[in-house]
Amino acid sequence: MRGVAALVALLLAVPAFAVLPAEQLRDPALETRARAISAGIRCVVCQNQSIDDSDAPLAHDLRVIVRERLTAGATDSQAVQYLVDRYGSYVLLKPPLEPATMALWFAPLGFVGLGAVGVVLYLRRRVAGAAPPLSASDAAAADALLEDRI
Amino acid sequence: MMRALFAAPVALFAALIVFFAYGLTQDPSHIPSILIDKPLPRFDLPGLDAASPGFGSAAFGSPIARGEPKLLNVFASWCAACPQEHPMLGRIAAEGTPLFGLDWKDQPDAAKTWLAQLGNPYARIASDPGARTGIDLGVTGVPETFVVDGRGRVRYKQIGPITVDDWEKTLKPMLVRLRNEA
Repeated sequence: MRGVAALVALLLAVPAFAVLPAEQLRDPALETRARAISAGIRCVVCQNQSIDDSDAPLAHDLRVIVRERLTAGATDSQAVQYLVDRYGSYVLLKPPLEPATMALWFAPLGFVGLGAVGVVLYLRRRVAGAAPPLSASDAAAADALLEDRI
Repeated sequence: MMRALFAAPVALFAALIVFFAYGLTQDPSHIPSILIDKPLPRFDLPGLDAASPGFGSAAFGSPIARGEPKLLNVFASWCAACPQEHPMLGRIAAEGTPLFGLDWKDQPDAAKTWLAQLGNPYARIASDPGARTGIDLGVTGVPETFVVDGRGRVRYKQIGPITVDDWEKTLKPMLVRLRNEA
């Protein structure tokens, strides 16, 4: 019974939010934009968390900066650019298409291409190497053998 | 032809192994600084108390007013790796390299107590309790050390404590080079 209660409690539990009430903006529209931006910004301390998820003090500072920018009238991309200007495109959880990330974006296409070349080569060989049709005498011999079996 | 076809996936796999092995030697916490070869962002900060002056980006020289290459070390009294780096900083200062300290996300009083205990290797200290100057510099943690040339441009960023090896093989030769360049 206690196990069931514990399970129910676990199911009802909600994840703790890193965004503190004091950080949140009064204007719900701005706050929604800030949350959306923060979800795409990498916490530079914990690396694979967004600043929206992270409890690191620096993530807090960056969340506050995003909100300050928006309050000051910046567009979403200007607010993001403010952080990119300081930490590089590394702060973006979704890597942008730029010279340094070409390999990242196009390597999968390259591998699919290599696979396609492999399949084409394989199929061509199979067609070329297919057995020639049986001559009339061979066919008769084969029929005779099969008859024998029955 | 056949052999080449069988060898291709093996070669590809070997190439991937080399690629991943190289990846494993890289420390993901070392985020490359985008400030390299760019001028220090502008700042002007107070010292730890009214009696001790802070410094600003102007202290590092500019294209017009060239100075000496300097080190800008980001530290904090709460930082666990900083005491480990501290003797090295003392040696660097003693060897004659101007060492500027940025006390980041820290209470000035805590930093003063900390420096009173460990000794103060810094020529000047700037206090950045609000973290904004550190963020302008792209600081991700402490300690970090920037090599700034005589024109006020960032030339290198060391992430984590400066080891004897870092100093002797990287930073010191770089400072010598920058001095000759100026």
